[in-house]
Amino acid sequence: MAEATPKRRPARWPYLLPLVFIAVLGVVFGKRLADVEKGADPKAIPTVLLNTPAPMLDLPALPNFGDDVTSADLKGRVTLVNFFGSWCVACVAEHPVLMEIARSGEIPIIGVDWRDTPEQGAAWIRRYGNPYTKIGQDPKSRTAIDFGVVAAPESFLIDASGVIRYKQAGIITREDWRDKIRPLIAQLKQ
Amino acid sequence: MKWTALLFALLVAGAAHAIEPKEMLTDPALEARARDIGRELACVVCQGENIDESGAEIAADMRTLVRQRIVAGESNTQIMAYMVSRYGDYVRLNPRFMPRTYLLWFGPLMILLVGGFVVARRLRREPAEAVPPLTPEEQAALANIHREGNAP
Repeated sequence: MAEATPKRRPARWPYLLPLVFIAVLGVVFGKRLADVEKGADPKAIPTVLLNTPAPMLDLPALPNFGDDVTSADLKGRVTLVNFFGSWCVACVAEHPVLMEIARSGEIPIIGVDWRDTPEQGAAWIRRYGNPYTKIGQDPKSRTAIDFGVVAAPESFLIDASGVIRYKQAGIITREDWRDKIRPLIAQLKQ
Repeated sequence: MKWTALLFALLVAGAAHAIEPKEMLTDPALEARARDIGRELACVVCQGENIDESGAEIAADMRTLVRQRIVAGESNTQIMAYMVSRYGDYVRLNPRFMPRTYLLWFGPLMILLVGGFVVARRLRREPAEAVPPLTPEEQAALANIHREGNAP
């Protein structure tokens, strides 16, 4: 076809916009995937309770396992509060580490038997052993929701003034204890 | 027919795990408020589900807690504030308008504006080209097609 006037070539750059957009998305998603690859939990919800006073504790004791659990148990000492349940498979995997921590005598562990029946909770403790100084029952998740617990096991390191200093979502491994929790306890005890 | 039956069965099966009759409040007005809140709260162990839809046990306990707090006289805002104070903004299914979420709120609009700008510029610069008339050969070919139809 004949053209009277020389036609201006349309600019090419707008075609690059989607590519730039996709590249930016690629970087964002790629970083997240790399983080997950390195061990970040894609389902983890960032905790908002870090460095805030621990929610009130007022739980009936698991029968035959000591007294009721109250906020007074957190006062004046560094404690570890551990949410578990007899239904929780991962808790079985975590349990030996809790036993070791208990044996070391470095920190009292307060157990919260979450969404459980007293019979099943007690049977679980008898079967695997008791790493806890006290065990409270939270059958209806009142305390679990107060702590923003998502899934068991979940543990909170609470300083002597009752402030949450660390949260472990999921199993405490020996490495977690050695590299993160134990040094933090030493620091908090100073 | 079979398909619709299957679909219906699946829908019912899903619903059976969410809100259960024994959880509901007898006062319809209070129960309606609980539903309003439940739709706004994300299930913390699921992906993309609210607590009313979720079959997770923690979601059931959150529904119960919402109802207890309604009965205790708390407002919807207070209950949402409590849940956000425990689980962070994650539990809001309706993201708040704040600097961290500006991209979320304005992003689609910005993409639309940038795209619209680019399209508008091109349209203004090159008005749609008039289709040149058919050459005599093309007209002959077209007439031929019309006459013979699609026969090979």
